[in-house]
Amino acid sequence: MRVYLDNNATTKMDKEALEAMLPYFSEIYGNASSMHSFGNESKKAMVEARKTIADIFGIETDELIFTGSGSESDNLAIRGVAKAYKKRGNHIITSAVEHPAVRNTCRELEKEGYEVTYIAVDENGVINLDELKKAIKKETILITVMHGNNEVGSIQPVEEIGKLAKENRIVFHVDAVQTVGKLNIKPKEMGIDLLTFSGHKFYGPKGIGGLFIKSGTRLGKVLTGGGQEKKLRPGTSDVPGMVGMATALEVAYKNIEEEFKREEELRNYFESELLNKVPEIQINAKGAKRLPGTSSITFKYLEGESILLSLNYKGIAVSSGSACSSDDLQASHVLLAMGIPVEIAHGTIRFSFGKYNTKEEVDYVLQELPPIIEKLRMISPLWNEFKAGK
Amino acid sequence: MQYSEKVMDHFMNPRNVGTIENPDGYGKVGSPSCGDVMEIFLKIENDIITDVKFRTFGCASAIATSSISTEMILNKNVSEALQLTNKAVAEALDGLPPAKMHCSVLAEEGIRAAIEDYMGKK
Repeated sequence: MRVYLDNNATTKMDKEALEAMLPYFSEIYGNASSMHSFGNESKKAMVEARKTIADIFGIETDELIFTGSGSESDNLAIRGVAKAYKKRGNHIITSAVEHPAVRNTCRELEKEGYEVTYIAVDENGVINLDELKKAIKKETILITVMHGNNEVGSIQPVEEIGKLAKENRIVFHVDAVQTVGKLNIKPKEMGIDLLTFSGHKFYGPKGIGGLFIKSGTRLGKVLTGGGQEKKLRPGTSDVPGMVGMATALEVAYKNIEEEFKREEELRNYFESELLNKVPEIQINAKGAKRLPGTSSITFKYLEGESILLSLNYKGIAVSSGSACSSDDLQASHVLLAMGIPVEIAHGTIRFSFGKYNTKEEVDYVLQELPPIIEKLRMISPLWNEFKAGK
Repeated sequence: MQYSEKVMDHFMNPRNVGTIENPDGYGKVGSPSCGDVMEIFLKIENDIITDVKFRTFGCASAIATSSISTEMILNKNVSEALQLTNKAVAEALDGLPPAKMHCSVLAEEGIRAAIEDYMGKK
């Protein structure tokens, strides 16, 4: 049995979305910027895709641009605001648990002379609003905070942050890569000026993302080229990607609340059963409002990579917050920011459930996982010391 | 990052796991915060390692290097065992990803610590 529990990394494409995009590779292939009939056919599909997404978000079509990925949208939003509002100030506020696309972009801007404040989170991975309030100063031009955390699933109070941003006339960017397609998001009602999303996280294609830019929000140029996407994201329009992403979003919204509930029930079932079967584990961000399918579990006295590979051997795909499975060998900054000690953070595994996962699959994992943990703990000197009461 | 078949074999089926009561040599190296700890137990007769057992907390390569290095020193003279380098351990596993080379040092250090413990007791 092969079980895919890494849906926060990427998802399997929705069949309807895949079929919708297929004609745009070899049947309707004109460049959407061309004036001939081939181009017009493509342009029509692009206009429709933009309208579909704009309607779902409750925004105008000219407030949405397509990009190549979530990371690209984040870069454009953050660097674009930094550039356009430079005269007003050089201070940016973000959180301590952002995705590298935001975190490393902020770090780069620090090298360019911008000042960045990284707001702490509580033990559930939720941002400290008081600290954020205190961090605001007259030089603050941007607040950039993620909506749903990719590692532990905690959902940030973006509406409250949106209010604060508005009161202080600060641009507010939200990386909603993990929540678009799972939660009903209306950026304008939530006080959001810029919103990042990515097609492949909600069963759309890889290589396409989007950025909502509220009218009146200025962005400096990050890429230069032709006139596509309001000159903010030049490059030949990826019409199949746009059609695929728009269709995937439409499909997701058809039963968004039911699917949220179903995934949440599956996740909760998994967690409560696992707590019964495996001692000395901890569920991270349990006290927070969480993404429905995300389960971050720390297996004490173990190292995450060994669990990940043992599960992989049984056909189960998960990801790890451990240092050893990352290229830079650093423990997850998210877990550390939540106050989880580094030696415990190493033993953290992320299970992320999606719409294709079934209870049967979860039962298979519940059957295979406990013996793996037991076997690895037998080898672990830390576990044996713990058992010996040292 | 891809592991060799040999690494996966030693990780999934580690050799010489466990402990030895009243070992002639004992070593413990690494630290929990760095993500790997190795414990090694030696039984030594006339300077020959006649039994060896280990326990390791760590990633797949830490467990695999521990496992293969116990095989490499079994029935060896202690001075021979002291010559075991992390490079030789990695080579015996058909190589390790560059980021994981430090795990092979753990095994080398563990063996050295256990033998030094034995020498100290003599």
